[in-house]
Amino acid sequence: MNMKNEAGSKDVPAAVREDSDIVQILDAEGDVLPQASVPDISDRQLLELYETIKLARHFDQRAISFQRQGRLATYAPMTGQEGSQVATSLALAEQDWLFPTYREHAAKYAHGMDLASLFEPLRGHREGYAIPEDVNVMPEYIPIATQVPQAMGMAWGHKLQGKTDTAVLCHLGDGATSEGDFHEGLNFAGVFDVPAVFVCNNNQWAISVPRERQTASETIAEKAQAYGIDGVRVDGLDPLAVYKVASEALEKARNPGPGELRPTLIESVQYRFGAHTTADDPSVYRDESEEEVWRDRDPVDRIETYLYNEGILDSDLESEIQDRIEQEVSEAIETAEQTETSPDNIVEHVYEDVPARLEQQRDELNRLREKYDDGAFSEVLE
Amino acid sequence: MSSTASTQAGQKAQSLTLVEAIQDGLYTEMAQDDSVVVLGEDVGKNGGVFRATDQLYEEFGEDRVIDTPLAEAGIVGASIGLSQTGMKPVPEMQFMGFMYPAFDQIVSHAARLRSRSQGQYSVPMVIRAPYGGGIRAPEHHSESKEAFFVHEPGLKVVSPSTPYDAKGLLAASIHDPDPVIFLEPKLIYRAFREDVPTKPYEVSLSEAAVRRDGSDISVYTWGAMTRPALIAAENLSQSRGIDAEVIDLRTLSPLDTETITDSFKKTGRAAIVHEAPKTGGLGAEIATTIQEEALVHQEAPIKRIAGFDAPMPLHSLEDYYLPQAVRIQDGIRETVEF
Ligand SMILES: Cc1ncc(C[n+]2csc(CCOP(=O)(O)OP(=O)(O)O)c2C)c(N)n1
Ligand SMILES: [Mg+2]
Repeated sequence: MNMKNEAGSKDVPAAVREDSDIVQILDAEGDVLPQASVPDISDRQLLELYETIKLARHFDQRAISFQRQGRLATYAPMTGQEGSQVATSLALAEQDWLFPTYREHAAKYAHGMDLASLFEPLRGHREGYAIPEDVNVMPEYIPIATQVPQAMGMAWGHKLQGKTDTAVLCHLGDGATSEGDFHEGLNFAGVFDVPAVFVCNNNQWAISVPRERQTASETIAEKAQAYGIDGVRVDGLDPLAVYKVASEALEKARNPGPGELRPTLIESVQYRFGAHTTADDPSVYRDESEEEVWRDRDPVDRIETYLYNEGILDSDLESEIQDRIEQEVSEAIETAEQTETSPDNIVEHVYEDVPARLEQQRDELNRLREKYDDGAFSEVLE
Repeated sequence: MSSTASTQAGQKAQSLTLVEAIQDGLYTEMAQDDSVVVLGEDVGKNGGVFRATDQLYEEFGEDRVIDTPLAEAGIVGASIGLSQTGMKPVPEMQFMGFMYPAFDQIVSHAARLRSRSQGQYSVPMVIRAPYGGGIRAPEHHSESKEAFFVHEPGLKVVSPSTPYDAKGLLAASIHDPDPVIFLEPKLIYRAFREDVPTKPYEVSLSEAAVRRDGSDISVYTWGAMTRPALIAAENLSQSRGIDAEVIDLRTLSPLDTETITDSFKKTGRAAIVHEAPKTGGLGAEIATTIQEEALVHQEAPIKRIAGFDAPMPLHSLEDYYLPQAVRIQDGIRETVEF
């Protein structure tokens, strides 16, 4: 599919321009590109896509401002990446599994996690890590790329047990492609031909290190070739294109055509609009003007324009949706702010049963908590 | 962040935090010796996620302060290779919890190249890593896994607890002919300032520091736990007249067995404070060393005040996990009053 080649295209970021193989459906404004084929999605699904992306943007903004007020610890913003996160998750079937990183808040929510549980760990409570039984989401991965071989293994397990109607979708960053685990996971995926889809959220930056410093390859998608599997590049700020590419890859993972291998590496070309985390200051290492050209392609605006154009959305519905998501996020914050964790939690869930030695350590802590008051423990260490 | 040594010419000392002293130490070594290079994730333009390499990129350029791809095995493996060409690499691991991809390179090669080549080759490299808890960090960012590396023959393991020592130990580590794991207690990166000489100097890698003289009990610790141990000792001296000696090990491998046992022979009692999990922690090694060397002097069971045998919790509970002054005080009292 070709980029619209219009006047002013010099303002299109090179990463989505230079390459004619990138899948796009919407142009920067949200109009359907001439040759594009819009995926077959019902109006209801389109509205769900839209509402979830809007919610993600709102969640992100609230989380950033909460962090500034000292009510959340370090948060990894997803501004600009919500469209790809939500579209990939909505492409999943309920039985499919999701492997998220620390940045995929919206992807987790869109695959069944409740919002409050996303806030809890950021408030220092592990309660939010308790994933409900009927939600097929792994805990977020923080050590970079470690999820890749694990996602492969889960998909392999399903295949070995004849459950190829279940696919696994694994997120990773552009930085993650440099780790050994990336190579090993994708290599296994190809060799054992497992029903897995790997989504590289190429947001152009790994903290302060630009994409060009991660690999001399022109694209990340082309790395798939080395593993004998398909690699696809998609405009990650175009939710419809991401939905289409992810759906097709998931379908192929379940039912590959003759001669096709199941796994796919999707390079979802995006941009990290904000800081790496709330502890990071991008002005130290990158030029803000770079962000501008990507801001013009904001996924929220593009999907909104598309829905207006199609007559699926109007201003009444838009404000109804806005009210609803604000309410939902507020309620989640309220719930999360009420969570308290007992110090006993330190020893719980290390093993199925608490070993005697660890129980002793907990008893010792409780003896001290009784002897001195709890305030004595929060005296600053420094 | 401190200005670099070049702008401080003429001044004898500057008041620096621990992380500034590390930056200053790197600066000083790089200015003296062209073969010293810094490499790692975000160490260049960004100056490190904790600013430990701030200004070095600007000062020494991209061939000596190198932003690498995101790959710890690559960073350490490449550093081993670099070190074979006469260069002295100082790779940074962004957090101790992210060193594991490099584990094979560290233990199978950095630690053993000298022995595998029967002294022909060696690996003069310093791997820096911030470690420890207490800064409300996300999961995997608060690890204290010094015991993994202490267990590995061929590695030296160092952890400073003051700005002065940070610069001097770093210099000694860079000059050392063997690989050093240099663990930086990030909880106290900016906790306090101290006068740090602008001129180059070394703090020996074979001597523990007696931070407080005492006669009733020896308290052994290192890194970020040194401060709460000293606070506990001071409190007990005032409230109970207990006179604790506090020893900051500084170099965790090889251990300064002499200082450890000399102190114990004087006090007959010991408490060991570390934030790493208790089981298999360095405290066990210290306690056993004392018993091997000075059993006849022992007057009470040796006390370990340590982290739990559990993963570091998220920040709402980390104050309970880490040995606080209150826990240290209680443990010292129990041992002295045994
Ligand atoms: C193994 C490992 N090394 C280093 C880190 C520290 N770190 C956290 S995020 C990050 C950059 C990740 O970049 P990328 O994979 O592009 O993902 P993004 O944050 O851009 O979503 C680094 C170096 C880590 N978490 N794990
Ligand atoms: Mg990235």
